[in-house]
Amino acid sequence: MHFVLQGAFDPALVAIGAALVIGLAGIPGLFIRQPGPGQILSAVVTVLSATAGVPAVLQLLFSKTSTTYMLQWGLPFGLCELVIDPLSAFFLIPVFLVTAAGSIFAIGYWPAAEHSTNERGLTFFYGLLASSMAILLMARNGVFFIMVWEVMALSSYFLLVTEHEKAEVRRAGIVYLIATHFGTAALLVYFSLLAAQTGSFQLPVAGSLSAISPSATIVALAAIIGFGAKAGIMPLHVWLPSAHANAPSHVSAVMSGVMLKMGLYGIFRTLTYFHDPPLLWGGILTLCGITSALLGIAFAVAQRDLKRLLACSSIENIGIITTCLGVALLGVSSHNNTLIYLGMAGALLHVLNHSFFKTLLFLGSGAVIHAAGTREMNLMGGLGKSMPRVALLFLVGAVAICGIPPLNGFISEFILYLGLFLQLKADSLIYLVFLAPVLALVGGLAVIAFTKLYGSVFLGTPRCPDAVTHHEAGMTMQMPMIFFAVLCLFIGIAPQLALHLVSPAIAVCYPLLQLTELPAEYGVILGKISLSGVLLLSAVVIVSLFWRWRLGRAPVTSATTWGCGYQRGTARMQYGASSFSELAVSVFTGIIRQRIDRPVVNGLFPGTARCSDHPSETILERIIEPLFTMIGISFAFLRRLQHGLVHVYMMYIFATLFILMLWAN
Amino acid sequence: MTNSTIINSTIHIFLALIMPPLLLGVIGKTKAAFAGRVGAPFLQPYYDILRLLHKGTVFSTTTSWVFRAGPIVALATTAVASLLIPFGAHPSPISFDGDMILYAYLFALGRFFTMAAALDTGSSFEGMGSAREATYSCLAEPTLFFALITLSRLSGSYSLTGMLSNVSSGAWLYAGASLLLLIGGMFIVLLVENCRIPFDDPNTHLELTMIHEVMVLDHSGPAFAIIQYAASLKLFVLGAFFVQLALPFATGSPFPDWGIFIVSMLLLAVIIGVVESVMARLRLVRVPQLLVAATILAAFSTLLVIR
Repeated sequence: MHFVLQGAFDPALVAIGAALVIGLAGIPGLFIRQPGPGQILSAVVTVLSATAGVPAVLQLLFSKTSTTYMLQWGLPFGLCELVIDPLSAFFLIPVFLVTAAGSIFAIGYWPAAEHSTNERGLTFFYGLLASSMAILLMARNGVFFIMVWEVMALSSYFLLVTEHEKAEVRRAGIVYLIATHFGTAALLVYFSLLAAQTGSFQLPVAGSLSAISPSATIVALAAIIGFGAKAGIMPLHVWLPSAHANAPSHVSAVMSGVMLKMGLYGIFRTLTYFHDPPLLWGGILTLCGITSALLGIAFAVAQRDLKRLLACSSIENIGIITTCLGVALLGVSSHNNTLIYLGMAGALLHVLNHSFFKTLLFLGSGAVIHAAGTREMNLMGGLGKSMPRVALLFLVGAVAICGIPPLNGFISEFILYLGLFLQLKADSLIYLVFLAPVLALVGGLAVIAFTKLYGSVFLGTPRCPDAVTHHEAGMTMQMPMIFFAVLCLFIGIAPQLALHLVSPAIAVCYPLLQLTELPAEYGVILGKISLSGVLLLSAVVIVSLFWRWRLGRAPVTSATTWGCGYQRGTARMQYGASSFSELAVSVFTGIIRQRIDRPVVNGLFPGTARCSDHPSETILERIIEPLFTMIGISFAFLRRLQHGLVHVYMMYIFATLFILMLWAN
Repeated sequence: MTNSTIINSTIHIFLALIMPPLLLGVIGKTKAAFAGRVGAPFLQPYYDILRLLHKGTVFSTTTSWVFRAGPIVALATTAVASLLIPFGAHPSPISFDGDMILYAYLFALGRFFTMAAALDTGSSFEGMGSAREATYSCLAEPTLFFALITLSRLSGSYSLTGMLSNVSSGAWLYAGASLLLLIGGMFIVLLVENCRIPFDDPNTHLELTMIHEVMVLDHSGPAFAIIQYAASLKLFVLGAFFVQLALPFATGSPFPDWGIFIVSMLLLAVIIGVVESVMARLRLVRVPQLLVAATILAAFSTLLVIR
């Protein structure tokens, strides 16, 4: 471990400083009476900090060293170290980029002048969330980690309930609060067991623990539950769709693009401790991952709420990352370096890619909701004409998230596919290759979900009469989207460069892996992918030039869409979001549950009738809610303790502390 | 790059440019023969495309640039895919480890834009067509991947050229059962991806029942010519994959092999024509069942070679 202290220009110090400053960015706004300047000040500070932070983090990543700072905190939990190693540095990239983009977006999307009641709190907690995530990645003391983790959980809760006057938002908030504390409870177990094994709250060094003891299995299980609940791995995803749907869009972008990754970071970090993970761990992760991917995207297909669809697709992408991670872990257990490298590279690259295109899509959905005033896709349509730029940028995100070339989503999925196919030559675990057709099915479902979304929101004619008021998003909303769209295209066209980003982070996790030969080999393959991407773009240019040439040689006229002879088509006759997915839902019944309220037709001349479909959240509605109701009934007698008298509550705390101290002595 | 690779690539590109519409002509002629008609000349699809290129265009007032991008991306993706697939015993111009994944996903890109262009017209028929296309192609996707796994396992190669050039009469001797199952699955994929009977009828006159043709209902003039050509190229590219599986004959010398490839492709067109003549279109609810059956056939073939 290197101890670097070179004064203010030390990149680690710059990164820590940037993280802290972002956390303070929202505070001046709390004291400025006039709405507006506080928000702009916070955005400027956040962007400046990120501009300083990102190069610093990249320098740390490429230098392949880790930098340690000691925090004097005076609490009896041992040393509190802040360490930035390449794995932390890698995860810090999306933290800085996404939060900075979101803070610019907020100026246009949540203008202080229109939201004077809640803008200050939103800006303040936004900075706090961003800062806590950045510090979390540096924390190496278990107790400090839990503290920062709670700051992250609570600040995101307050961001989520920004519009707490709506009942739906409050409900989403409660579900999130319970789910995140369920995860925290598992993490308390996790850190206590780790401390019991190592003798201090310092997080273990990579490869220092053995996985054979039974307590190691419990540690791993607690990590999967605790961190998995935050990441949204099935079946711990129940909070995710409603939370992402009900938060303001730039907050959804940060939650989905970055906060879910904090859970994944925890799992990454935990796996580095053990040098001999059993096959079972990798098996469990792979199984959880592929189930999340398949079910997540299947749920997404059925959604009619724009942001819920995006949230369900986050479950899918987290599932893909978890699958990659599980595959890498199976590679560790079976001593297969190719599988380790490709699994880890796929996982890390997809972390980065997902944070880019999901942010792009959530910001885009924010722009759409800002213009249309609803999240219901069945009521939208034709927005591509009133907001052409957002439509183009959203298309980039939609193609990227489907994992289609020439954009970045394809690259990380390609790496996973390659790892799975290369398994055909391996001595063991050959059956892993059966994941490839499942991933292909996931890809096909993603195309259904996102053509549905894109078609019903941006294409066709507006389904609402008040669509005339739709407007193009302002520059503060467009700029962040353009930034991420360019990044998506860049990684898609030059994937070899992205491989350089992930290699140092993999080296932290698996120092024994010989990284000198593997990346060059895959760099060549990715170079061919990049060549094909260029070829594809030039083919598009050639065909469109040819077409324009032919188009200029003959008259071009416009008319209404061919209605098969029917002249009075209306906008409501278009194939809507629900009708688009109806066939897929009917094929995948069993996976996708949907409640359809059909009208009853009576008599020869039935009157007006309504038919509506409601995608159901099977696990939340069928399992979790009945379970909680049952727990609520059986523990009703405990309510007597809860009477609202604060001084008695304080007495409880004192009594508990006193008893614990007696017990300890 | 040696001389022979340059000649190979030139012939490859030349064939991909010139030959695809001929397959449609052969299919049409076969169907006419079955129906007891003389039928349109073999070159009719070429005349159609040429005439469409000289026609004017009608754009629906509902549409935006997405509608115009549909045909362009569909042709561009199929063209790039045609460079990845080997024709007969000859290697493809572009070949690298993992190119089969790119091959599969290029079609997804083309489909994404074709469906988006259809939805852009705001017509419920075209929306219906794209919903069907999305669902059916999603169900066909795993079949292709099972086939790729089987071929990769048999050949020990990770590129399309390596996989397909390995299939020979020898391979049929030791993995015949597996290849037979694969052919069953892949023929279904070939028919559904190219929207042929029994999944879709390119000649139907009722918009409600169509899949691919209804998605391109509003395209006209040169754009429609591009779509027609792209569709025939897609049949050609997927057909080349299938032909190399089912009719893996090679002499070892280049020029006779090109001849064999051309004859095999024409034979495939005749077979498709025969299938279209003797079968009726399936009811829509039956289509997913047949697609799942194809997936299971391909999965069986994978199991056979992996065990």
